[in-house]
Amino acid sequence: MKNRSLVSINDFTKAEQIQILNRAAEFEKNPSQRILQGKVVASLFFEPSTRTRLSFESAVNRLSGRIIGFSDASSSSTSKGESLKDTILTVSNYSDLIVMRHPIEGSARWASEVATVPIINAGDGANQHPTQCLLDMYTIRQTQGSLDNLNIAFVGDLKYGRTVHSLVMALSQFNTTFHLISPSELKLPSSVKMYIKEANLNYYQYLDIAEALPKVDILYMTRIQRERFSDPMEYERVKNSYILNNSMLADSRDNLKILHPLPRVNEINEDVDPNPKAYYFQQALNGVYVRQALIASILGL
Amino acid sequence: MKTEPRKELIVSAIENGTVIDHIPSHSVYQVMKILELDKTENQVLFGTNLESKKYGKKGIIKVQNKFFTDDAINKIALVAPNATLIEIKDYNVIVKKQVTVPDQIEKIARCFNPKCITNIEQVPTRFKVVDKSDLRLLCHYCEKITKKENVRFV
Ligand SMILES: [Zn+2]
Repeated sequence: MKNRSLVSINDFTKAEQIQILNRAAEFEKNPSQRILQGKVVASLFFEPSTRTRLSFESAVNRLSGRIIGFSDASSSSTSKGESLKDTILTVSNYSDLIVMRHPIEGSARWASEVATVPIINAGDGANQHPTQCLLDMYTIRQTQGSLDNLNIAFVGDLKYGRTVHSLVMALSQFNTTFHLISPSELKLPSSVKMYIKEANLNYYQYLDIAEALPKVDILYMTRIQRERFSDPMEYERVKNSYILNNSMLADSRDNLKILHPLPRVNEINEDVDPNPKAYYFQQALNGVYVRQALIASILGL
Repeated sequence: MKTEPRKELIVSAIENGTVIDHIPSHSVYQVMKILELDKTENQVLFGTNLESKKYGKKGIIKVQNKFFTDDAINKIALVAPNATLIEIKDYNVIVKKQVTVPDQIEKIARCFNPKCITNIEQVPTRFKVVDKSDLRLLCHYCEKITKKENVRFV
């Protein structure tokens, strides 16, 4: 992985992904290590994402690295009309690694082709967000003991939810059975189902949560946004079908864990939070360990 | 003496060069553009709305003293999937073959996704052809699929 960019989760092999997870487990035990001394990481957030940015910056700081960069496009030269290519070439001169968040899809791949240092994609529009994927994999393994042979349900906006796309791609390597729960307008796109089919795995589609819930080990919730619907009436009609509350969990498996990429709005009722099956806040913490592991591996440390 | 005219002579025969036959009539100009025949110094003859037993109307292009690599010629499969390539030397047909859809397509097609970097900055497009019969193009950058009916050319 040394000096390689991570744009899309499948830029790394299954073995490499597992190596990152194993390294992350070491950082979970011992989060502060001074291995990044003398290294400069650029953190370029062309759109604000406080949660992701702080997680990366915390990871770098815990490893004693330095951070340069900006937290939204208005404070970068992009606001003066500079092309992404020029910004990336310039910042390549000042840093050992670039973490980039950008609203345009494919921007991270393009940046990785022009940069002279490795790029970590921290989200490119609706396309990819591979570090979220790694932290989701880490969390699933942490809670289930293994990534193999699990029943995993995805709920909500499966059409536009990039975290869902990356995670489905990654889990297709682990003999997963997929349970896809969404309104018919927001089904998983065929370009993503292709990965499930190529791995000869099964997926089942549902319109409501209750039918799938007793069969699964992981319930991965996502937010449904009104603006994703072509017909606002359709949104009003379906919105309440994809809200999880504690009483729905009565028949669920003992080992079930509920994940969510956060921030949530109302799709998980707060009465779920005290249930030991709720795991979304622990999930977010894992992001720091996974990002430490990724940065250390890419810098060859 | 036979009186039936030879159909392929409607656009006159060439001594050396390449004939691309069975192009859909409406795609002739796109094929010329993809093969950069709008910039060539070679003699180019073409016809549209010619009669074809198989396709009703067809187009044909003949280029003097020019032979194409497979990679170059296969690019036209996007707009002329049934095209036949005929290479001629001294008025004799040396090679006759069908175009085939390539695995990769670079620069000639646009990504349908308006939010894709290739439609916003000056980035040459790149696609993996994930379905050759139905023509589905996976964008190397935004990772979205452009379907046949949405393909536009650069
Ligand atoms: Zn694209």
